[in-house]
This record gives sequence, structure tokens and C-alpha cells, in this order.
Amino acid sequence: MSCALAVAGCSGVQSALDPAGGDAQRIYWLTVIMTVGGTLIFLLVTGLLLYAIFAAPERRAWLGGRRTIVVGGLAFPIVVLSVLLPYGLTVMRDTDVPTPGALPIEVVGEQYWWRVRYPAEQERGEFLTANELVVPVGRPVFVSVTSADVIHSFWIPNFGGKIDMIPGRINRLNFTAERPGIYRGVCAEFCGDQHARMAFDVIALEPEAFEAWRLEQVKPAREPDLPLLARGRELFRTGGCGSCHAVRGTEANGQFGPDLTHVGSRRTIGAGQFPNNIGTLAGWIANVQHIKPDARMPSYGSLTGEDLRALAGYLESLK
Amino acid sequence: MNAPELPRSFDPGERELPNPLPRPEGEFETLKRAWKPPRGLAFITAVNNTYVGLWYVGTAFLFFILAGILALIMRAQLASPENDLVSHGLYNQLFTMHGTVMMFLFAVPAVEAASVYLLPNMQAARDLPFPRLSAYAFWAYFVGGLVFFGTIFFGLSPDGGWFMYPPLTSTKYSPADNADWWLLGIGFIEISAIAGAIEIIVGVMKTRAVGMTLDKLPVYSWAMLVFAVMIVIGFPAIILGTLLLEMERAFDWPFFIAERGGDPLLWQHLFWFFGHPEVYIIFLPATGMVSMIVPTMAQTPLVGYRLVVLALIATGFLSFGLWVHHMFATGLPKMSLSFFSAASTAVAVPSGIQVFAWIATIASGRMKLTTPSLFVIGFLFIFTLGGLTGVMVAVAPFDWQAHDSYFVVAHLHYVLIGGMVFPLFAAFYYWVPAASKRALSERLGRWVFGLMFLGVNVTFLPMHVTGLIGMPRRVYTYPVGMGWDALNLVSTVGAFMIAAGVAVFLFDLARNFRFTSEDNAGNVWNASTLEWLPNGNYNTRSIPSITSRDPLWDQPNLSKDVEEGRYYLPGTVTGGREALVTSPFDARPQYILQVPGPGWQPVLAAFFTAAFFLLLTVKLVFPSVICGVLAVGCVIWWLWETDPGPVRPPADIGGGIVLPVYATGPVNHSWWAMIVLMVVSGMVFTCLLFSYLFLWLVNPGAWPPQGVRIPDWIWPSLAALLYCACGALIAVASRQLRGSDRRSPRSVPVLVGVALPLVCGASALDLWTQWESGLSPSAHAYGAAVYAITSLQVFFVLTSLTMGAYTIARWLAGRLDSVRRTTFDNTMLFWYYTIGQGLVGLLMVHGFPRLTGGL
Repeated sequence: MSCALAVAGCSGVQSALDPAGGDAQRIYWLTVIMTVGGTLIFLLVTGLLLYAIFAAPERRAWLGGRRTIVVGGLAFPIVVLSVLLPYGLTVMRDTDVPTPGALPIEVVGEQYWWRVRYPAEQERGEFLTANELVVPVGRPVFVSVTSADVIHSFWIPNFGGKIDMIPGRINRLNFTAERPGIYRGVCAEFCGDQHARMAFDVIALEPEAFEAWRLEQVKPAREPDLPLLARGRELFRTGGCGSCHAVRGTEANGQFGPDLTHVGSRRTIGAGQFPNNIGTLAGWIANVQHIKPDARMPSYGSLTGEDLRALAGYLESLK
Repeated sequence: MNAPELPRSFDPGERELPNPLPRPEGEFETLKRAWKPPRGLAFITAVNNTYVGLWYVGTAFLFFILAGILALIMRAQLASPENDLVSHGLYNQLFTMHGTVMMFLFAVPAVEAASVYLLPNMQAARDLPFPRLSAYAFWAYFVGGLVFFGTIFFGLSPDGGWFMYPPLTSTKYSPADNADWWLLGIGFIEISAIAGAIEIIVGVMKTRAVGMTLDKLPVYSWAMLVFAVMIVIGFPAIILGTLLLEMERAFDWPFFIAERGGDPLLWQHLFWFFGHPEVYIIFLPATGMVSMIVPTMAQTPLVGYRLVVLALIATGFLSFGLWVHHMFATGLPKMSLSFFSAASTAVAVPSGIQVFAWIATIASGRMKLTTPSLFVIGFLFIFTLGGLTGVMVAVAPFDWQAHDSYFVVAHLHYVLIGGMVFPLFAAFYYWVPAASKRALSERLGRWVFGLMFLGVNVTFLPMHVTGLIGMPRRVYTYPVGMGWDALNLVSTVGAFMIAAGVAVFLFDLARNFRFTSEDNAGNVWNASTLEWLPNGNYNTRSIPSITSRDPLWDQPNLSKDVEEGRYYLPGTVTGGREALVTSPFDARPQYILQVPGPGWQPVLAAFFTAAFFLLLTVKLVFPSVICGVLAVGCVIWWLWETDPGPVRPPADIGGGIVLPVYATGPVNHSWWAMIVLMVVSGMVFTCLLFSYLFLWLVNPGAWPPQGVRIPDWIWPSLAALLYCACGALIAVASRQLRGSDRRSPRSVPVLVGVALPLVCGASALDLWTQWESGLSPSAHAYGAAVYAITSLQVFFVLTSLTMGAYTIARWLAGRLDSVRRTTFDNTMLFWYYTIGQGLVGLLMVHGFPRLTGGL
């Protein structure tokens, strides 16, 4: 298994074997050490078993007594566990530790997407986004999670372990991104029909880039600067999109679905399902129930091609 | 207690055999006639452990194949990313059913079934002590299980995962009947499992070969004893959990709804307090089988018998202290995680003891590489690996990564397939010669083993990596480009290899398995234990006295002497079916139990019980209630024939031992069963009290919530007084019913008759008090918890009421007197239990909120 791990230890956007933060790094080494140790013990036990079967009777006789059980079954595991357990508990103590001055983020799991809120910090205002977590490299992050409906679980393998999102409870997860890059988080607790399509992007930016992003996010939605986009905004209004979605700066203030104020700036749509561009946005609006059946949003298949393009174009312009 | 004194001549070590030859004319024929199963349609009313055991094993294996097919469909779906072979809705039903069916309809029933077949034979008992109860358990499981499985063809299967976490499974997010199928279907199959466990506990403790003291008990019997005790302790938690969730779904009592003071984590505690021991419940019987097979294949006694038995008990004990390791990611404090982390790794020690005991045994003998041996070796490979990954996931920080990923899928399949399926296949190949005219094919067996062993590793080894590189469990599809594609394809290929192995096994069965209860293939492996004695429907001709753990090796001529009837009870003294009841520790003969024979009652009772639950699931309340009443009627009809009384004077079973054919008190087998049933009930109640306290903990300062008035002290005091009064009446009735002169005083039915309204009054008074105070069961979890305690008590009172009325009816029919009083004793025990539960319940419901600041 250790060699399998080595082979698979390649980079991945959603991999516990490619740690991008201190916690994930600690757990990674715990994994490596336990895997190597476990493999050695496995080889020892199966080696003894084969020896007991195939060695000549006089050579294997020493193995055939109570001593084997006491040494192999009692003493050996106790010794191994007495070493492993303190090590494991130490890793636990040092993992997921709250740090003062951490960046607070609140995430609410919903069937089947993530509502993300950045609370106000000093002069920087609060804002809502969805299905995307942008974090600064090097600064500890403090995520408070809960759920609006059923139990979900918040897991970014490259940054560390998972934490369940339980209705009525607020759980916390601390981690620090130590390498800029794009990672992927996923819902790890079965949450219903579209559990399989409930992911999110995690983007670790250099601190300056993060602040710039944050400044943009706090702003209200930008005004459409082309007639097509203006028409898109009108369709958004008349189509009733605003009863579920909010676009700050417009009259759309629905709270049911994701906040779309800066939807065009996000990498993906549909909770980490498709790259975000005008084509996928249009496909999503017209066909949600085909591509993510039983998601809470209905398909809007009756829009004409041109209307659809305008609407998707408007959303795409909300950078 | 009217146990016979140990006769002076009794000494298991003596050379002289208890019964002389030649045996009297017709003795053997009468024995055979008594144990003959019915013919024709009535064959399904047979209760012999060999028939019921075989049907039971066969049905469990059918569910293994069916659930396996579900897994193949899932593997086909996951063979490539974004595959659309099955819809998300069907996939969610498939994995829920795969887990549920494998756990509840295959694994637990399979090991229970095997023991119905094996235990009596291994202990040279004529049958299990309650053959009709095994038949009932089997038929309830057969009907309920098949209907439950059938839901998959109608899209009605549960789809919330085998763990059924609310709120996903609550009415709000699962409004359809699918979840109810799980709650009622599985809830009721658990009742069947508990019936089996009671049977096994009493069977192991009370019906053994003479001289089979606890330190000569086969390891398999030990394993089954621990297994059954674990069921008795663990299953009540899930029974209570399903009850609470079903009450929430049906009546809107918010146990798990956070907005109204409930907590979804309560379910997880109840589920895993059952769910983790469940794994060992499955695993321990399998290790018991391995401990029987290894010594035979190595032709040497098991090394470290005592250590292995200790390891079994330690595993059972520890397994109740580590359920929280399924909840490492729920945000519990690190302090409690440390404790459960330590307990979870500690369970590796007893497993290590067993593994090294087998290695030592193999080393001290000469292992023949037969098919059972291959499966045992395969088991050791796979299980050791699964055990090691188990230690990994027991370390909390690692589990935060691995939890709910494919790593855990790999781990649990290594443990369960390695720890249970491989030993079961070893057991099939090993014990088929005891049930069939021909042994299975060694040549085909090698193919079965090879395909399954390779298949399991090809399927599940890559999944460790799939999980660590981020693939979560229970997804119906996955995106392209995550690096999971090739690994998943390999796993799918492996799954079909396992299926090919099972197919070859079925072919082997079809070719070679020919069931027989009279002329089996015999002791083909030269095994040492009593199930290999020559046997028939009556099991062994006479009940041996044994002096060794390996009697067939150490006691020459045992088979021949047993078969000629030279040991105890070579015929039948009452003309009917009998079993020898022995003392629990040193297996001295105590009395001759008159065992009930075939009958329609258990079959009909099982059908109506199943119908009750299944009709309730589809909300056909009225027909369901009718079936429920019919089920109770059938049980009463069945019980009516039990408790036969001393139908003849004490009889000589050989060697100068004269035993009564009836006994009461703690010697009686049904007294033991009633005690176990009380433990089960007590566990259900304890779990309910735990739930109450847990809900209090999540509602600090709101217990009771604002605006709720706790009823005045006077009412619960009055109810407690009523309970105590009726307890006293029963105690007086019991005193009146003493004496060896077969008196049946008129005061007994009168006292019981007066106690009936008292106990009903106590329970009704408490219910009325709560209702009168305006407490609503659906406004807040507090009310739900209070009414849950009160309602459970009402259920017990109604049961006591039925039992009390039944006792009076027995007296009226002249079937109850101071000697023939088992019915009364059992009713009394249950009655005391109900009173005790009622008093504790009153104290909790009325006392606790006053402590926490209520008025």
C-alpha cells in the first residue's frame, strides 16, 4: 500500500496526499507513518502465518505455543499502540487550533450548495458569496459552519480534515493555506439527491490579491454597460429570479438561493460542477433539472435563445 | 427451586457407560418418531434446528447474493466518470439497500442462522431450548426481509443511507414512505434478531452435553454467547432510535428537529451505540467458526483456548466503548475524541490475540490446505489489513481526512468481507459434509477462493487511495479529471471477479449439496467436536458425557457408544421431544425439558407480525391492527401448549441419574429467557433515559421550556403508590402459590385480577396528569421526551395486562398450580420489571425537571 500511496501521491486539487497547509501536512505525515508501519506489521503477520504453514515442523515448533499469543497478540500491539496513540493525540492537539486574528468565514451547507459569508472586519464590510472560498495565503482561517437543512460535511482535503455541518449547531474549523493555488472542497456527508454534485472551489491568494478580491466583493453589482446586458438585467427582474437570488444594488433580494452579486467572478457554477462562462450559465438556467436533477432551482426552458443569451450574459458580467 | 440433587453415581470421568446394551426394543423407533418433521405442506411447520437452520442460512445467503447484485450495479455505474447507467435516485436507493440488506438481512441473520444449525449439534443437545421461537424468528425474517427487499423494484426503497441520519430522513426532507420502510422493516427484523439472541443465550447456558463445563465449551459456543449478549445490549439502542424517529415522522414529536429543541446528534449516538458493536456482532461468530476450523485443519487442539475466550469477551466489552469514532467529525470536544480514539485502538489487542492464537495453532500442527483452510488464510490476510487500517481511522486526525471517503469504504469492506464473509465461506465448505450427503468440491472450491480473494483485493485495495485523493462516499457519479477514473475502473473489474467466485460457488452447491438429516457425509475432516457425531433429526442418539475439549479425539469409541445409545437419555421418557437441561457452569443434568414439536402457531404468528409492520408502513392502519391482534392471538395459542407441568414422575436417563420432566424457578429454561428479555427491555428504557438526558443537555436552561408547568407532586406519588400496591399483590399471590402439593388457591386469580386495574390505573394516571398540565408532545423536545417515557410505560403495562389475563385464564383452565407455575413466575418477573420501570420513569419525568430549575 505504501508504494500505491507513493504512486498516487501526485498533485491533486482535492487530495489529502497533496497537503497545502500545516494541518494537512501533519495529517499527511501521520498517514505516511501509519501506512509504512501498518505495511510492515502486515508483512510480519502474514510472513509468520506463511511460515507457520510452510516451514518444516521442527523449525516452526517455537511458534506453536502460548508465548506466541502473549508476545504477538498482547505485548506487541500494546507496545505499538503505546507509541502510536500519544503521537496521534499530539497531532490532534496541534491540528485545527484556533489562532487569534484569524480570518473569520461563515459557511452554511444547503441542499446542494454552500452559502459563504465574510463578516465585516474593521473597515471592510461584510458580503455574501456562494460555492467559493477565497483565502489569503499565510493567514489562519477560522470557518464557522452550520446547516440550513440536513447534515452536510465541509471538507477541503488539501487543507486538513472535515467538519460536519449540523442544523442547530455551529462547528468550527481552523486551517491555514500555505501555498497559493486552486483547490476543491466537497460535501462529505450524504445529504440527499445531489450529494454527488455539491462541491466548491477554494482559492488561496497572496494577501494583496486577497484584499483586492475582497474589495471587489464588497461593492454592489456593476451596472450593465451594453444593451444586451441591460436586457439581461430586465429579464432577471421580470423573470422573478430576484425572489430567490440577491444581486446587491438591484431590487433582487431573494435569500433562498445563492447571492449572485459577483457571480461572474466565480470559477465555477452549480456548486463546483461546471466552468463559469456564458454558455454554461445559459445551459444551467435552461436545464438545471436535467444536469442537476432535484436541485432546488427549476429549469427555465421556455426562454428564447436570445433571452437566454442576454440573461446569461448579464450574470457573466457581474464580475 | 426444585433442582435434583446431583446423584452420587454421577461422575463424568467414570469408565462405565451410563446405559447398558442391548437397548430395549422400540426405544430408537420411538425417538425417531418423536423427532420426525411433518410431511407435505405442513413441512414448513417443522421446527427441528437442522431444518430451520438450513432455511435460515439459505435465506441469508439469498440476501447476500441480492445485495451483491445491487453492489455490481453501483460498481458498473462508477466504472467511468459522469456515467448515466442509473439515475441519482436509484443509486441512492441502491447504496442504502446494499448496506442495509448486507448488515440486517445477511450478516446478522447469517451468523444467527448458522448457530441455529450448529449450536445444538456442537453441544450434543437434541435441539435449541425454544425451537418454535427459532421458527418464529426465521419466518418473520423471511417474509419481512423479502417484502423489504422487494421495495427496490418499485422505487420505494429507503434512500437516506443505511445509517438513516435525520434530518435527511425526517418528514420534511423525506416525505415519502421510503424511510418508513427502513424504520418499520428493519425495526421488526431486529426483533427477530433479539428472539434469536435469547434462544442462543439460553441454548449455550442450559442445553449442553453432560460434563461440557464452561472451560470445555467449544470456542464457537463462547463466541455465540458473547454475540448474543452483545445483541441484547446493543440492539435496544437502535430499536429505540427507530421508534423515536418513526414517532417523529408519524406524530411530529421533535426528537431530532433542532428548531424545537431536538438534536440530530441524538440519533447518531443511538445508532452508533448499536452500529459499532454490530460490526463485532458480525465478526465474533466468524472468529468462533475459524477457531473450530483451524484446529481441525491443523489436526491439533487450539493453542491458548483461555486467551481466545478472554479475547472474545474483551472484544464484546470494548466494542461498547467506541461508538463515537463514527462521529469524530461532528465537532465533539477533543477531550472525548481522545478517549474514544484510545478505546478504538485498544480493540486491536483482543483481535491480535485471536490472530496469533490461530498462527500458533497452525504452527503446532500440520495445516492441510483444503478449501476451508484457504478461506481461513484469506481471512487472515484480508482481515489483518482491514484491522490495521482500522487502527489508522481510530486515530482521530487521520479520520478527519479519511471519514466518509472511499478510504473508509475500503476499510469496512476489508474488515467485513475479511472478517465475516471469508470465514462464512470457510464454514460452508467445512460444515456442508455435516448437512449433505456429499461434501463440496475441493477443485471448484479453489476456484471460488481464488476468484474471491483476488476480487476483494482488486476491488478494495485501490479504494484506499481513491479516498485519500478526495473521493467522498455515497456519490452516484464523479467529475472527470479528478484522477479517480482508473482506480474506479479497477475496482469495478474486481467486483465482477468476486461475483464470478460466488457464481462458481453456487454451481458447486447445485452439483454437490444434497441436504440430509440422516446419512450425511460424516466426519470427513477428522474433526474433534460433537457436531460430527453420527446424527439424525433427533441429533445424537444418546447425549454424551464429555471429559475433554476435543472429545472425538480424546474419548475413543465416543461416536460408536453415542450411536448405540449407551450414553444419557437414549430414548424418550415422555414419548415426545425432549432435551436435557444442564446447569450453566458445570453442565450437570438438571431436568428433562419437554420440547414443543412442529406447529402452525409460530409460522402464522410470524406472518401476522410481518403483516402488521408491513401494512403499518404503507399506512393501512386498520388491516394492520387486525394482523397485530391475530399475531398476538397466535402467540397465545402457541404459548397455551407450553408449560406442560410434570406429566410423569422423574425418569431415569441412565447411570442412575433420575431427573424430573418439569422444573420451575431459576433452573427453568424459560426463567432464563425472561431474565434476558428483561435485560432487553431495561436497555430500551435506559436508552430512552439517555435520550431524555441528552436532550436536556442540548437545551440548557430550557428544561422544561418556558410556559410548561410540571404537574403537582400529588399525582406521581399516587401513581407510584398504585404501582407499589400492585407489586405487593403479586408478591402475595406468589406466596399463596407455594407448596409441593399442587394446590391452586382461588386467591391467585383474584389477587392478579385486582392488580390488573391498579397497574393500568397508575400508568393512565400519569398519562392523564401530563395531558392535563397542557404539555404538548410536538411543541418541544421536552414534551416529546416526557411522552416517550410515558408511552413506553403504557406499552409495557398493556403487555403486563395481557400476561396477567393469560395467567388468570391458565388458572381457570386448571393449568396453573403450585407446582406447574412457570407461567405465573414469568408473568411475575415481567410484572415486577414493569413496576420498576414505571417508578423510575415517574422519578425521571417528575423529579428531574425540578432539579434543573423547573417548578
